[in-house]
Parts: sequence; structure tokens; C-alpha cells
Amino acid sequence: MEKILQITGVSKSFGGFAALTEVSLDIAPGERFGLIGPNGSGKTTLINCVSGTLRNDAGSIVFQGEELSRLPAWKRTRRGIARSFQLPRPFHSMSVIENLLVPLEYVGRGKLDEAHGILETMGLAAKADTPSNQLSQVELRKLELARAMAAHPRLLISDEAMAGLSGSEVEEVLKILFDLNATGITVIMIEHIMQAVMRFSQRVVCLDAGRIICEATPAEIVKNTDVQKAYLGA
Amino acid sequence: MGIPADLLLEAVIYGVLLGCFYAAVSMGLSVSFGLLDVPNVAHPAIMVLGSYCTFLVARTGLDPILAGVLLMPPFFVLGMLIYRFYYETFEKRGTDAGVRGIAFFFGLALIIEVGLILAFGVDQRMVEAPYIGKAFSLGDIRIPMRTVVAFGIAIVLSISLTIYLSKTFTGRAIKAVAQDEPALRLMGANPVRIKQWAFGIATATAALAGAMLIIVGPVEPGMDRVYIGRTFAVVVLAGLGSMTGTIAAGLVLGISESIVLMHPGLGASWAPAVSFTLLLLVLGVRPQGLFGR
Amino acid sequence: MKFWIASAAIFLLAAGSAFVVKNEYFFFAAYTVLLYVILATAWNILGGYAGYVNFGTPAFFGLGAYTAAVLYKAFALPLGLQIVAAAVMAGLLGLVAGMLTLRLRGIFFAIATIALVVIMETVFINWRYAGGATGLQLLRPPLTAPFESYIKMLFVLMVAMVIVAVAIARYIENSWIGRGLRAIRDSEEAAEASGVPTLKLKVFACTLSGALMGAAGAPMPMYLSFIEPASTFNLNYAVGALASPMIGGSTHWLGPVIGALLLTSLQQYVTVNISGEMNVLVVGVLLVVFVVAAPEGILGLFRKWKKSSR
Repeated sequence: MEKILQITGVSKSFGGFAALTEVSLDIAPGERFGLIGPNGSGKTTLINCVSGTLRNDAGSIVFQGEELSRLPAWKRTRRGIARSFQLPRPFHSMSVIENLLVPLEYVGRGKLDEAHGILETMGLAAKADTPSNQLSQVELRKLELARAMAAHPRLLISDEAMAGLSGSEVEEVLKILFDLNATGITVIMIEHIMQAVMRFSQRVVCLDAGRIICEATPAEIVKNTDVQKAYLGA
Repeated sequence: MGIPADLLLEAVIYGVLLGCFYAAVSMGLSVSFGLLDVPNVAHPAIMVLGSYCTFLVARTGLDPILAGVLLMPPFFVLGMLIYRFYYETFEKRGTDAGVRGIAFFFGLALIIEVGLILAFGVDQRMVEAPYIGKAFSLGDIRIPMRTVVAFGIAIVLSISLTIYLSKTFTGRAIKAVAQDEPALRLMGANPVRIKQWAFGIATATAALAGAMLIIVGPVEPGMDRVYIGRTFAVVVLAGLGSMTGTIAAGLVLGISESIVLMHPGLGASWAPAVSFTLLLLVLGVRPQGLFGR
Repeated sequence: MKFWIASAAIFLLAAGSAFVVKNEYFFFAAYTVLLYVILATAWNILGGYAGYVNFGTPAFFGLGAYTAAVLYKAFALPLGLQIVAAAVMAGLLGLVAGMLTLRLRGIFFAIATIALVVIMETVFINWRYAGGATGLQLLRPPLTAPFESYIKMLFVLMVAMVIVAVAIARYIENSWIGRGLRAIRDSEEAAEASGVPTLKLKVFACTLSGALMGAAGAPMPMYLSFIEPASTFNLNYAVGALASPMIGGSTHWLGPVIGALLLTSLQQYVTVNISGEMNVLVVGVLLVVFVVAAPEGILGLFRKWKKSSR
């Protein structure tokens, strides 16, 4: 089966610090993929390399058959990769709905009047005209996902969208991601909330100190001793 | 190259002296901008303020170098206050801080410059000392003693600052806060207080740099403009946060300027452009500088 | 529509005053104020909308002025074409400088723009044909009717240029380009992730901004009958262009207009009645005060006052 994303031998360093070393993984279209690992293991660095926020030093990143490494982030978004940010970055001078108009206009694969529909799906319709700097934490997370959705992605990367949310809020976000995946969008989820990752993912990869230490199904990965050691600390 | 060999040698020697002076002058900016990421375009203006303060103190008969050293504590306090204000007003708010932060320091530089004009007039001021006015000869080349004195101070300052940042606890904390603020917070240190301390040190070095400036030659209030180019060129060429890089970059700038200055076809009218051209080249070709992170 | 009606009315008023008002000093003073309105409006396209501070206004303005002067000296080019040529040259400078430095963070771009001023000034100090350090004298062409004096004609021309500059800024602000620039200002990373070609938009804003500043500079040599590097590349242009939107408000096209009108008038008053240095001090203090206490400028204060008085 044609893989939607093929990461081969990707490495990234900051000065002397190796954030990622020879990371390789494949993702199938429509898959629900989980990425876990302790703090500082390189998860966000990896998706920054995939989304284009950072350039990988070595290796290749092939999306839908096209090598991405040389492309700037905005071109990758137009090719179909969207991501939410771990610390939400709303366009704070704009209202909620205006935030969506930016990707709708610039990625251009949807129509401007879709913005309301997307807000409905995210449960933000009532706040459409609210200035985005007045939203609560969970609303900001939803806005991040809504904005990613407005880019009509084939691949959506959700970076710790549930961090710090309450149980029912986690359920809300999880349902949104399940529904998105049901429409055919491949989803990569980075999370620390284990029960969410395990319920959501079909496959899980664990990173530690910039390397993949395990790749398995959710049931298997929790039993893996290397993964347990990575989280509990050596 | 269009410049005769003996003139070239003199240019290089002079350039080395000048370069170390530029490096010392830029060290403060290396800390405040290179490490702390504060867009301190007012640094050269504060240095010129230091020059004028040295002028005032030296009028009591005190040696200018001593005056410069005595000015360091009050300038340290000034630096801490400025950073505190900047932090409370801009860094904390986060949002639109970038444009306004830069505009703030620009306004500050303007106020200092005009304040100096109002207080001292636009005429040049200078200081007197036993080592100013004399020169000694190295073969055919005459080296002004004041340049050597400034060079000496520069070396001492550079070494002291480098040692401080790598050997003392606070110094290392300053470098740490530049690299990984959250980790520092987890260790129980207060990043804001450390940054405040660092900015204070940076401003104190500006005071000493001001003393060196007025020793090397007369000063006038508008001098901060050309030094914006020189200090930022050095800091950017060095690579943000690298102290040793600052010395290397200072030398590059000093020697280039010196060669242009002594070149028969170019001369003084082209010299101010050297630092800025160097800056643009570095930004265009290798923005992380020679030793950048 | 309201905008165009108001603009037409202002233009007619201005043109009318050129025939009615006898005191020539009014037109000299108005020229300077109008010049700063254009510079502030142009500055705001990159500085206010996109959030990239430009200290290099004198470089673009000066290049425009010198382009006009040199072309006039060489070919006796009419003023209209001088303005076009000046806009093109300054726009090119914006394009090249932008492509080189807008990849970097805002502060590096800001410092690079200072470099542009010094380099431009150095080039023209050393260019004999353009007058070198001593400058170039220019003889104004004979005036064609209907205006009585050259300065009155320049005044009406500047009013027209203000309207054009503001119209362009207003159009950009309300268009999808404006939204993209605002996205860049709010969060450049999120803008990139949302498909905004950030570098292209920034370079566009820089080019347009530079071109408008160059166009504003073109009439200067004719205004003074003289041009020389030190006053042409004077930092005061950088200060005024930056302070006016910071004081007036940088998110809306009215901000730079209000800021420039108030600030330049105040500056003229202070320079004449107190001193040139005090004028710079006043601007510096106002800049710091507004940047610290009223980040949204006069427009922002006005909006808050309107909200609270409901």
C-alpha cells in the first residue's frame, strides 16, 4: 500500500545537541498514529521537521510521493500537511472566525463560507466573533485544530492538544479527532495522556533521546520494558 | 590590493588594536542582545553617555580609566532598572512586544543623544591623561599610546567577562538562561533576576567602554549612530552569545576598517560604511555568524 | 465610497487653498507635514501591518530624491516621470534588501535597515556627478499655469500623493494581503503553518513601502532647488516615519495620518519656537510614552473612550 508519509534516516541537531538521530517511520493513508516519549525526546522536533517549521539536517521526508525537505512550511501546508501547536498560537488580533479565514484563503482548497461549518464541528460556533485573545485554554486548543482543519489537510498532526485539559474536555477533543479521521484524514497524535493515545492509535511509536525505541500496537507498547524505562527514567 | 606593503602592515597593526577595542565595546551587547535577546539598540548611546560621564568625573583630576571603573556600579544599577522596566512592559505581555520593544530602545537612544546635546552641546569633548598625546615607534610605524591603553583595557575586560561567564555560578546561570529558561526555572533559579543581573553587567561594561572611547579620541553626542553599526556587526559576525567570537569578529572589523581608512583610493569617507557592509554581508551569507549556536 | 468622496473633497479644498491663501509659509510648512504623512503611511505597511520595524526610511526617501535629481540633471526629466523613476529605484532597493534580510528575525532586519542608510549616504557622498559631499544645485523648470508659484504646485501635488498613498495602504489593509500580513505579525510560525507565504508577503510589503517612500522623496530636490547627502539621509526621516504610526496607531491607515499630522505640526512648532534639539527630545519622549502606555496609539485610545462612554 502506498504510504502517505515516509520518514527515512532523519537527523536534526541544535549546535552540539542531537535532537533527532536516524529516525525512520512510515505512515499509511487514513491511519491513526500515536507518537509518545518522555519530555525532550524529540517528538515536537520531529513534527517540526515534517511540517517544515524546521529543516532536517539529514535524511528524507516523502509525503504522497514528494520529497519535502527543501520546501518551506507554507508550501507543505498547501500540499496537505497541517499541524496544531503545542502552545497555542492564535492570530491574537483577529476574531475566532478570522483566524480560520487565513488558512482558507491561503491554502485555498475550501471556500470562505466553510469557516462557520468548521467552527460548528469544533463546538466554537458561538464564539465566532470573539477576539481570539479572550478564549479559554480548551477553546484555544480547539481553535488550533479548527485552523488546521481549515487548511483541508490530508495529514493532520495534533501536538499535545489535550495537555492540561479536564477529563470531559479530553473526550471532546478525542471525539473531534476520531470524526476527522473517519472522513479519511490521516492523524498523527502526540500526547502524554496515555489512555487517549491508546484508545486513539492503531500504531504507536515511542521516541527517547532522539531515537525510536519501540514501534508497536498500543497494547504491546505499554508492556515494552524499554518504553517503561524511558518514562520512569534510567 | 592597491595598498603598499608597509602601509598595509601599519593598517593591520592599527586594526588589531582597534579591533580589540571594538570587541570590548561590543561585549556588553553580546550579553544583552546575544544572550538575553533584548533588542538593545540603545547600547551605543549608553556607551556615549558613559563617555560623557567619564569626561565629567575626569574633570576632577581623576584618571579616565579609574573614572570609567568607578562609573561601572551606577551603570550596573541603571542597567538593572532598564531591564526590569523592559521586562514588565514588553516581555511579559508577549504579544506585540517585538515592534514596540525595538521602538522603545530606539526612543531611549534618541532621548539620551538629545539629552547629551542639550547638556553638553554638539562640540567634541575629550579627556587628558599622561598617556594621551604620546606615541611610540615600532620601526617605521607610530602607534599612539592611548590606543594601546584602550587595547589593554579591552583585553582585561574581555578575559574577565569570559571567565565570569564560564567559571562563576551566576555567570553560568546567565548562559543557561539563554539556552534553556524552563530548565533553569525547574532548578529553582529565577530567570528574570538572572537576566536583570546580566543586563546590569552589560550596561556596566558599556560605562567602561565609554571611558575607552573618550580615551581613544574626542566624542560627540551623535557618535552612537556609527557605533550601532560597529557593535551589531561584531555581535552578529561573532554569532549570538559567543564571547570568544566577539574578539575574533572585532578583529575582522578593526582590520577591515583600518585597511579602508589607509587605502589611498578610499579613506575616511568610506570608513563608516565598512561595518555596515560587513553586517549586511554576514546577515545575507551566514546569519549565524562565525561561532553561532 | 465614503473614502473617495472625502478624498475628492480634501483635494478640491487643497487645490482651492492654493489660489486663495497668500501666505507662502503655509505651503512650505504643509509640504513637510504632507511628506511625513506619506512616509508614515508607507512605513506602516511593513511596520504596522506586518510587524517589521524599518529604521531605513532615509535610505529609500533619499534614493528617490537623488534618482529624481540625477535624472533631472541628465535629461531634464519632468517631475511626473521623476516620481515614477524614484518609486521604481526605491522599490528595487526594498526588493533586494527585503530578499536578503527578511528571512531573519525582526531585530536583524531593523539593524540591516540602518546599514542601508549609511551605505546609501556613503555612496552619494562619493559620487561626483550627483554632487558629492557638497551637493547639487538645481534650477527649477519654468512654472506652467494655473499655479502662481512652484511651492503651491508642489503642495497640491503632495496632497494628491498623500491620497494615493493612503488609498494604497487602505486597499492593502482590507485585502487578503492585509490579513496575511497581520497573521505574520501575530504569529509568523502559525502563519507559515496556515499556508501563508511569509517571505513573499514581507518582501512585497517592503518593496511597496520603499517605493512609496522613494516617490515621496522625488519632489524634494525641486522643493529645495538643492540636494546634498547629509540632510537627505537624515535620521529625522526615520524617526518621524516610525514615531507617527506608533503614536497615531499602527493597525489602521488613519493612524499614521493622524500621528504624522499631529507630530509633524508639533515638531514644526517646537523647532521654530524652542530649538531643533528640543524637538527631537519631544519626539523621543512621546515615542517612549506611547509605546509603553498606549500601545494602540491615539486611535486605540479613541476606541477605548468610545466603548466606555456607551
